[in-house]
Amino acid sequence: MITTQAKAAPTGVGHVGLQRNPGFPLELDWVREIRVNRSAVERRAATIGTRRSVKKEWQAAWLLRAVTLMDLTTLSGDDTPGYVRRLCAKAMRPIRQDVLEALGARDLPIRTAAVCVYHQLVAPAVAALRGSGIPVAAVSTGFPAGLSPFPQRIEEIRASVDAGAEEIDVVVTRGHVLTGAWEALYDEVRAFREACGAAHIKVILGTGELGTLRNVARASMVAMMAGADFIKTSTGKEAVNAMLPTGLVMCRMIREYRERTGHIVGFKPAGGIRAAKQALEWMLLMKDELGTPWLTPRLFRFGASSLLGDIERQLEHHVTGRYSAGYRHPIA
Amino acid sequence: MKVADIFESLDYGPAPESAAPANEWLDAHGRRFGVYVDGEWRDPEAGEYFETVNPGTARRLADIAQASAGDVDAAVRAARRALEGWTDLGGHGRARYLYAIARHIQKHARALAVLESLDNGKPIRESRDIDIPLVARHFYHHAGWAQLMETELPGYEAVGVVGQIIPWNFPLLMLAWKIAPALAMGNTVVLKPAEFTSLTALRFAELCADVGLPKGVVNIVTGDGRTGELIVQHPDVDKIAFTGSTDVGRIIRTATAGSGRKLSLELGGKSPFIVFDDADLDSVVEGVVDAIWFNQGQVCCAGSRILVHEGTAERLTAKLRERMERLRVGDPLDKAVDIGAIVAPVQLERIDSLVRQGVDEGATMWQPSWSCPQEGYFFPPTLFTDVAPAAAIAQVEIFGPVVVLMTFRTHAEAVDLANNTRYGLAASVWTENINLALDVAPKLKAGTVWINSTNVFDAASGFGGYRESGFGREGGKEGLYEYVKPSWQKRTKPPKAAGHTRVERATRVERGAGALPPIDRTARLYIGGRQVRPDSGYSVAVHDRKGRPIADVARGNRKDVRNAVEAAHGSAWPKQTAHNRAQVLYYLAENLAVRADELVARLGHFVDGADAEREVRLAVERLFFYAAYADKWESRVHATPFRMITLAMREPVGVLGIVCPDEAPLLGFVSAIAPALALGNTVVAIAGEHAPVLATDFYQVADTSDLPPGALNIITGARAELVSHLAGHDDVEGLWYFPHDDGAAMVERLAAGNMKRTWIAGPRAWSDPVQGAGEEFLRHATEIKNIWVPYGE
Repeated sequence: MITTQAKAAPTGVGHVGLQRNPGFPLELDWVREIRVNRSAVERRAATIGTRRSVKKEWQAAWLLRAVTLMDLTTLSGDDTPGYVRRLCAKAMRPIRQDVLEALGARDLPIRTAAVCVYHQLVAPAVAALRGSGIPVAAVSTGFPAGLSPFPQRIEEIRASVDAGAEEIDVVVTRGHVLTGAWEALYDEVRAFREACGAAHIKVILGTGELGTLRNVARASMVAMMAGADFIKTSTGKEAVNAMLPTGLVMCRMIREYRERTGHIVGFKPAGGIRAAKQALEWMLLMKDELGTPWLTPRLFRFGASSLLGDIERQLEHHVTGRYSAGYRHPIA
Repeated sequence: MKVADIFESLDYGPAPESAAPANEWLDAHGRRFGVYVDGEWRDPEAGEYFETVNPGTARRLADIAQASAGDVDAAVRAARRALEGWTDLGGHGRARYLYAIARHIQKHARALAVLESLDNGKPIRESRDIDIPLVARHFYHHAGWAQLMETELPGYEAVGVVGQIIPWNFPLLMLAWKIAPALAMGNTVVLKPAEFTSLTALRFAELCADVGLPKGVVNIVTGDGRTGELIVQHPDVDKIAFTGSTDVGRIIRTATAGSGRKLSLELGGKSPFIVFDDADLDSVVEGVVDAIWFNQGQVCCAGSRILVHEGTAERLTAKLRERMERLRVGDPLDKAVDIGAIVAPVQLERIDSLVRQGVDEGATMWQPSWSCPQEGYFFPPTLFTDVAPAAAIAQVEIFGPVVVLMTFRTHAEAVDLANNTRYGLAASVWTENINLALDVAPKLKAGTVWINSTNVFDAASGFGGYRESGFGREGGKEGLYEYVKPSWQKRTKPPKAAGHTRVERATRVERGAGALPPIDRTARLYIGGRQVRPDSGYSVAVHDRKGRPIADVARGNRKDVRNAVEAAHGSAWPKQTAHNRAQVLYYLAENLAVRADELVARLGHFVDGADAEREVRLAVERLFFYAAYADKWESRVHATPFRMITLAMREPVGVLGIVCPDEAPLLGFVSAIAPALALGNTVVAIAGEHAPVLATDFYQVADTSDLPPGALNIITGARAELVSHLAGHDDVEGLWYFPHDDGAAMVERLAAGNMKRTWIAGPRAWSDPVQGAGEEFLRHATEIKNIWVPYGE
């Protein structure tokens, strides 16, 4: 009935040979030209979940994909190697086998995109995940505030990379954004990127502390010019977490950056994404704003700790027709 | 589709809203509907039915009654019988019913939304999230106005039986816009839904019965244009409210001319969507989606003309095309489509033929690469670039998902292009510069201006057009006046025109001092601040009340009218501040008072001496009254439920033709022109026929009072001839008619040409402060433009 399958994805991003964003010399004009109309952005964001809907098999399939886009995360003071090993086990087998079989998805590579931990837990995580192909991501650079001495922040990145982290989630100095110190922000992220080496860098903007959507947009653009592989909304520790309007603005900047430079950057909303329905909304945002190619782990991640539980329940509901309970699914 | 396959492709699948409850309702009625008259369902008298079709599938939904003369007459009689009881119920009583209707709409919201999408073809998202919530909101809001009528509109009462004819693009919402204010103000209604989309109106009739609405208060008669015509022609209908095409609106204006019935028309549009180079372009793109791909573009206020800064056009075009590629057209009941079905094949053909014409005329057409469903009536989103303002697609209302894009160089040119249309319904302005936004908004000839937004509606804000987009407002306090009339109007007998015996050949009665003859006074026309001779070279004699000739005045003709209108357009008066206008009006009063003796003497030819003195005194006072109001007839800020400032700006109508009364030669003249001038209109006044010399005497006052040239133009001569030229002038925005003769019919008929707003002001006692002055005049001297300004950084 609906024949809206695009014959050619207009912003097609080939999966093959996807280059890392090498960054771009700081163009202050691009930053200054940015216009963001908050009311209009909010209006669009409010209809992302109402203009699109995925039901039945489509919903199940999309939720399975959501699992593979997840950075399964624990960032607590009481994290221990034992707990992290359990979390890694969950990352490798996130959905009950009988549910996958009932969905006809037994042969699909259903595992989370990464496991995200503090530096101290990188080594046990790497050990637990060895052979699985699942990378370990480390939050770094004085996470979550990012205000420890600069050399130590650089050192922290190196230590995590040495410990086996393949992805580094760094936080920026929010003050640079709030004071319009774009060169300082650029230099900071650039230095982080260099310290990461081959590890992919996700730049956390701390959007809940940036004041305005225009600041979010400007910080996004500077972070991408400085070489971010991903731009990421939040640490999960700010009062305001990932919000759709914020995500929309960041996606638009990713598109803008690509139009201007040809380089492709990923997006990671994090914090407060707990329900399967929210996950679907974020995916709808990505598909409609940037295109289906962005719905791969290479270009899109959820930072989430409790989202998986809800997805598990929804998938079982799809299989059985009965609403599920949390205790029916193995915890980490 | 297998989960594993979808996991790879991440396609969208079908997400249908169930049509089952709507189908059950249709089945319960045997898929055949009569008319709803006097609180009950009746078979149509002539036994004639027509099919209503689901545009998403092209299949029949039900048979609808074609109401004939007998049905319409029964409905009007039922409404008439119900009127007194409904009015006497009082504001609070009516508020309870409107509140109950609002509640019932909410309780049945999904059922109504599904039925609407089935019948009309609009996406369920829109009927569910936009149409039906606005319907409920409209009844809630107007329950409030019913409650507050006695408090907020003292001195007004219901018009009576109202005939309402609504279009198919927002079937239930347009019903709400019509019925809610009508009932709130104590009217009873006969409503005809559009023949393509009758179902939700019929479902609404059931809701009325469910809430126990007194029978006859709401009557629903279905049918095509013939039924509409029966309502328009029915002699016992006191007011017609119509929403639809400008062509039909013009027919209704002509058909009702001179009938004394109130009329409000909400007609077509070709609304500009202006994009400045400092706009948030990604948000602009979503704005275009909401402007022209909302309801398949079948929206009277659709932003169908994108005007973009030349340096920004290329980027915007690229972004738009990319966005269009991702739009989804399909089953209206699918929860994941952006664009549903076109209402009917005839509309689809019209869109298609205009699009082909656009291509033939050399514009560049772009449509997404995907194709529309084959079953049902669908049209893809379409963008035209390289469009000249002269192209048909840039001028004609397409009423489909088709938008044209043109460029401008400066913001002045943007305004010129925006206003280069006969229509004036809405406009959208995109810029991050508030100075620019607030500079442009007042310059746009449109009833609604959305800054950085589009297609935002609310019951608290009036909606309606300038120019050929119609007149009258729906929503807000401004909308209520369409459904009330001043209470005095039925009680007051027309004041008798001064008894003029006809021409008597006699010598002039004025005498100069001593034995010398008086110095001959030449009354000329007053045009563009100058006293000019009439183009015709003829004069007309003026007689006193005994029929003796006392003076000659110029006999104006069509060229004098033309010159006066040109002068009025060129005047600096509208640019003056309200404070300055007040000063000039006070000055007019001052200079009038200086000439009081002379004017009393002049008036003495036409009225008794005591009346003459009183008239001059009141004329001075009236100028003071409107001088006082010049800076006090303020705009409102509506309390709409968004993070937006909704400014209900009162703007002057523009160039107003004022046909002055015969009675009260000075006071009537002053009372007619002063409110228009006070609020910044420029005036072409046609002096009363019996005593035009008071008007020509007045220009001497005007000349000494700093009134800028062109603000007030005075023409004397044969009224019927002058009025026909003025009413038929397409560059006159409004016309007030005070004489109580049969000229009103001609005025309203000729006004249909450019849909100028007319006020057949009727006979009134000029010395009475309620009838002769006040809010009614001020309201007619202004047009309300709602400017929506979102805020938040």
